[in-house]
Amino acid sequence: MNDLLIKILSTLGAVFVLIASFGVFKMPDFYSRLSVTIKAATLGIGCILIAATIHFAEFSVTTKAIAIIFFLFITSPVAGFLISKVAYITGTKLWKDSIIDELENDPDSNCTNPALPKDKIKKE
Amino acid sequence: MLQNFLLNILLTFVWVALTGQLGYTNFVFGYALGFFILWMVNKSVNASTEYFYRVPKIFAFILLFFYDLMKANYEVTKDVITPNYNMKPGIIKYEMEAKTDFEITMLANMIALTPGTVVVDLSKNKKFMYIHVMYLTNKEEFIERLSSRIERKLLEIIR
Repeated sequence: MNDLLIKILSTLGAVFVLIASFGVFKMPDFYSRLSVTIKAATLGIGCILIAATIHFAEFSVTTKAIAIIFFLFITSPVAGFLISKVAYITGTKLWKDSIIDELENDPDSNCTNPALPKDKIKKE
Repeated sequence: MLQNFLLNILLTFVWVALTGQLGYTNFVFGYALGFFILWMVNKSVNASTEYFYRVPKIFAFILLFFYDLMKANYEVTKDVITPNYNMKPGIIKYEMEAKTDFEITMLANMIALTPGTVVVDLSKNKKFMYIHVMYLTNKEEFIERLSSRIERKLLEIIR
C-alpha cells in the first residue's frame, strides 16, 4: 500500500515538472509561460516531497518536508506576481490572439506609466 | 474558536505522549480523536460550536481546491502536448470581496496556484485585481465561478 502510494506520488510529481518544462518550450508568450511554470515549483515538488516523507517515515524528515512545502506555497505565488507585474510595466507584449486587456490604460492600476506611452515601449 | 483549537492541540500531544510513537500517522490520529472528544463534550455543554463547523469546512475547501487544480492542469496539459493552441488568453479586471491585506494575499495565492491564471496587478484602492487567464471562453462565467467557488469559500474560512 505504502509502496504504491510512493510510486504514484513521485511519478505524478515528475510528470508535472516534465509538462511544465515542455510548456516553457511551447507556450507562445511570456504570461502563459509564467503561469505554466509556477505550478511545477509547487505541485510537482510538493508531490515528490510527500512521497519522500512516506518513504522515510521518520519524524525529522517529515517536519523538514512539511516546512519546505509550506514555504514553497507561500513564496512562489508572490514571486510569480512580482515577475508578471514587472513584465507588464516594462512592456512585455501579450500574445497576438489575446481577447481582452483590461489593464491597458486603466486609471486604477499601478502599472500604467503615463511618462512612457505604451506604443513606444511595446516593441518585440 | 482559538480556545478549542488549543485544547485540541493539547489533547493531540497528550495522546502522542501516552502512546509514545512520534510518527505522523499518530499525530493525525490523535488530532482526530481530540476533535471527536471535544465535539462530544461541547454538544452537551451548549458552548460555542464555531470551531467544529470550521474544521470540516477547511478540509472540504482543500478537496475542492485540489479538484479544481486537477481540472485546470488537464486543460493546460492538453494544450502543451498537442501541437495546436486552443487557448484564448486575456487580462481581466476582477472586483474582490476580500478587504484586508491578509485576505487579499490568500486569494492571490489561491489564484496563482491554479494553472492558467496569474495575478498581474492590484489596483491602487485595493478593490480590483488584474488576472491573466489562459482559457477565457466566457468572461462573466469565469468571474462568477471564481467568486462563488474560490473566494466566498476562502473568506468563510479565514474571516
